[in-house]
Amino acid sequence: MTTPVQDYTEHTIAATTRRADVARLRSDFPILHRQVRGKPLVYLDNAATTQKPDVVIDAVDAYYRRQNANVHRGLYMLSEQATDAFEAVRESAARFLNARDSSEIIFTSGTTGGINLVAAAFGSAQVRAGDEILISAMEHHSNIVPWQLLCERTGAVLRIIPITDDGELRLDAYTKLLSDRTRMVAIVHVSNALGTVNPIKQMIACARECNIPVLVDGAQSVAHMAVDVQDLDCDFFVLSGHKLFGPTGVGVLYGKAQHLEAMPPYQGGGDMIRSVTFEKTRYNKPPQKFEAGTPNIAGVIGLGAAIDYLRGLEWEAIGAYEHDLLTYATEKLAAIERVHLIGTAPHKTGVLSFVIDGIHPHDIGTILDFDGIAIRAGHHCTQPLMDRLGLSATARASFSFYNTREEVDLLATAIPKIFEVMG
Amino acid sequence: MSDLGELYQEVLLDHNRRPRNFGALEEASHVAHGHNPLCGDKLTVYLKVRNGVVEGVNFTGSGCAVSQASASLMTEGLKGKSIDQVEAMFTKVHNLLTGKSTGAEDTEDLGKLRALSGISGFPIRVKCATLAWHTMHAALTEAADEISTE
Repeated sequence: MTTPVQDYTEHTIAATTRRADVARLRSDFPILHRQVRGKPLVYLDNAATTQKPDVVIDAVDAYYRRQNANVHRGLYMLSEQATDAFEAVRESAARFLNARDSSEIIFTSGTTGGINLVAAAFGSAQVRAGDEILISAMEHHSNIVPWQLLCERTGAVLRIIPITDDGELRLDAYTKLLSDRTRMVAIVHVSNALGTVNPIKQMIACARECNIPVLVDGAQSVAHMAVDVQDLDCDFFVLSGHKLFGPTGVGVLYGKAQHLEAMPPYQGGGDMIRSVTFEKTRYNKPPQKFEAGTPNIAGVIGLGAAIDYLRGLEWEAIGAYEHDLLTYATEKLAAIERVHLIGTAPHKTGVLSFVIDGIHPHDIGTILDFDGIAIRAGHHCTQPLMDRLGLSATARASFSFYNTREEVDLLATAIPKIFEVMG
Repeated sequence: MSDLGELYQEVLLDHNRRPRNFGALEEASHVAHGHNPLCGDKLTVYLKVRNGVVEGVNFTGSGCAVSQASASLMTEGLKGKSIDQVEAMFTKVHNLLTGKSTGAEDTEDLGKLRALSGISGFPIRVKCATLAWHTMHAALTEAADEISTE
């Protein structure tokens, strides 16, 4: 039988081990050692973009120094090596998301690029006037505007799944909104503004009953949890490399093979064709069908390095550590007078949004910057969500596995200084 | 290096806490809405212009301390000025905010508006301060077009 004393000791040992692990992880990220305004950088804007480990920076550097050539074209060794390295990332991205086949992995410019691709290509083939696209009240603009453009083109109608004041999706309303007119459910996995983790598996199962395809915006989830697209049974899953410790300007669209084969091309150009004559062009098979033009080769190679890096981490331990950190930060900030937390759904990850009575988030952001603390202040590209919550903006601290309780303490200590400055 | 005290000068903080001329102006001859897409802040500027003179300026809206104080200081600064003087002041404040003021003669007649001088050291916050001024300018010029068509 375990005595309370031993429990405590075990807990302490576990906590110490975690701290050691985090110190080791932090040493992989060179930028975390720089100073801002004479203070150590406290980077709490991971929902905007994550920092890059040495292995990613080195992979991009090495590619340009030793491997740079265009892919899928050259008949020389350098191009062959670049193509092999590029296509190897497709394989590892497929494993990372547990896609059935690497041909279901399309490289894009990012989450926005991926959603636009689906809205345009899938939408133009499947969506007609009077059809409905279902999104939620907590979507990022990138999962709103591409569907609005589609609706404008086709005469389809955008429907919105409402949320509670805590920032939880209303599943009761969701199931009622699904109908035989619904052509697509496009839903954010983790809210970038609130941190809410949506019950997407359950939502996909509901949509599946009506044979409605589901696109999951995974921009904010993939850096915090393991994702298995087969287990989720989603039709499309989109992510950004730069929010996954990889370079900017690269992302992944996973699409079920049956959809990718049926969808018309998105953009026309080189690489996406099999043969071209002025009379008739035959298109390549997926994934090349959706990758017109020279891709972001260095970005893809950097993303591959990021995925390899993440494969060396234990998601369960990371999840537990981040959960502990978010809980700690939530308690710390909630205890500060005048601070109100925005987004208090029971299931959250990575994001702590807040407002302070009488002080605009922009002023919070500027003042925290003088303590070396980087947070985001604004509407987080979720203006309809801000309207729903009756806010124009929030301040947002967002975490990664390399953040620490000490950094949370620095944030909590810095907030009362804002009151001093603003009077 | 700019410090926080230069940005958040006492006059600015005072105008943020107690904005002057806040509220709609019913007899306004010129109205314009301003919007800062970066932060979602919205502002409406009301002007009552008679015989080429600004008799009243008010504003409504919400925003950060910089945008609120800049709007409040602007309403005080413009009252009683001729359209030409408003134009000159608009240019001077714009130069002040963007760090283009060359010397004391550029700012000496700006009075309290000199409290905005620290903002130029914070490039990302300049738009917060210029919002009210651009909105005011749009109100004057667009309304002038309407008047000229009558």
